[in-house]
Amino acid sequence: MTTKERVPAVDGWFTLDDADPRLLGNRCRACGSYFFPKASGFCRNPACSGTEFDEVPLSRRGTIWSFTTNHYAPPAPFVASDPFEPYSVAAVELPEERMVVLGQVADGVDPAALRVGAEVELTLGTLYEDDDHEYVVWKWKPTEGGAS
Amino acid sequence: MSDHDVAVLGVGMHPWGKWGRNFVDYGVTAARDALADAGLEWRDIQFVSGADTIRNGYPGYVSGATFAQALGWQGAPVASSYAACASGATALNAARAQILGGLCDVALVVGADTTPKGFLAPTAGERGDDPDWLRFRLLGATNPTYFAFYARRRMELFGATPADFAKVKVKNAAHGLSNPNARYRKAVTEDEVMASPVVADPLRLLDICATSDGAAAVVVSSLEYAQRRGAAGPVRIAAISTVTPSYPNTVIEMPNFTTDSAAAAPESPVTFRDAIAQGAYAEAGLGPDDLDLAEVYDLSTALELDWYENIGLCGAGEAEKLVHDGATTIGGRVPVNPSGGLACFGEAVPAQALAQVGEVVWQCRGDAGERQVEGANVGLTVNQGLFGHGSSVILVR
Repeated sequence: MTTKERVPAVDGWFTLDDADPRLLGNRCRACGSYFFPKASGFCRNPACSGTEFDEVPLSRRGTIWSFTTNHYAPPAPFVASDPFEPYSVAAVELPEERMVVLGQVADGVDPAALRVGAEVELTLGTLYEDDDHEYVVWKWKPTEGGAS
Repeated sequence: MSDHDVAVLGVGMHPWGKWGRNFVDYGVTAARDALADAGLEWRDIQFVSGADTIRNGYPGYVSGATFAQALGWQGAPVASSYAACASGATALNAARAQILGGLCDVALVVGADTTPKGFLAPTAGERGDDPDWLRFRLLGATNPTYFAFYARRRMELFGATPADFAKVKVKNAAHGLSNPNARYRKAVTEDEVMASPVVADPLRLLDICATSDGAAAVVVSSLEYAQRRGAAGPVRIAAISTVTPSYPNTVIEMPNFTTDSAAAAPESPVTFRDAIAQGAYAEAGLGPDDLDLAEVYDLSTALELDWYENIGLCGAGEAEKLVHDGATTIGGRVPVNPSGGLACFGEAVPAQALAQVGEVVWQCRGDAGERQVEGANVGLTVNQGLFGHGSSVILVR
């Protein structure tokens, strides 16, 4: 049995570092606004004329702003499991960046344990697989004690 | 009466449903009904403004021309607008600008759609630079996913319950019972809502609007033209708000992966959804207390409650009480969605904002039959299209 190659489901949006995975955003050098996915060209703050950005890893931990569990398979281009398994999506507030970032909730997390305000951290998980590849995406996972 | 007012001479609709025909057929039916309602011939129309559909190929992207050709080329200039769910208001505003700019006297606005079964999906293909495609691909973040985030917030912040949400559906279903253009005309109980399948927790199937085929059309003119045509005291458009958000927009919205960052720019106390109605109130010189009714965009039951607060019917966290007290039921203080709303129509994207306008026009003319709101003279519509499109229209008589 061969091991499938692990590849990111989208290029350049996150690190493939299992020990400390991070979303990769960028930050305007002029005003300090954060962007994810990365901004390019011009800063989107209308009060800023910045054109230069530094790539920055976003905070790994945040708190749940809201969440839901989807019980119906979405349409393409989502690649649904067969048979379809419900999955959760969380909107997570990052304290430093002062922004909310969406992500699926890590596999195996009981939706009943999710709470608004609970702390979560970034992890990597499988989005879908084909014969040769495992496509990896960022997911949110409750921290120890964060799912209280 | 301000010098920004235009007259609504006629409105028309093709009933909402799942008819499986070409969207152009529906649009032409609605347009001809609106023209008949206005007492005008198609060849009287001097400008055609179409609200686009992105689900029906090239003709949908050039809807102004598509409808003009289907009605029979008569030379009138056209425009075609796309602003997602707000397309109808944007198309109406394009027509109004032509009239107020003195470039034409009378215009026809049409929106129509044929929708697929189930979830609204992004445009096909491999499109890794399109956030609408990526949110489905990377997150499985359907539209109800976002509706569910907002519903969960109401539960968290205000103690709202699924029973509160169900009450909205019960009310709207009762309102729509006698509406000949509504797709669903059946009374619904709270128990039925709460026993329907969970789609995106905490929202169930009957909390979430369906996707429908349908069409709506509006004939608008200058007040002078209306007077020349002998239209006595027509319903007037007193305001159209098509505002966009202000940075940083700190509420997560379709189809985005993130909110704007508030790290470097001060956060506005006014949310985007608040700003939509505020723009219309400011233009009309009216406020929430002046409303006799409102048509709000109930993509979900919980979202209708958010709109009560966004349009100023009550303070934050008070919307549940309004629906419990019957304040937003026909016969109450300010009926909301007397048409039955999206709960009874289902969403036909480019037609929906125009259908909201049509309902308010009928209400203000006293032509709404069994669902008539007594003494309706001032009504507001509000809706929001993804990618930052606001839509609110105030109509007065």
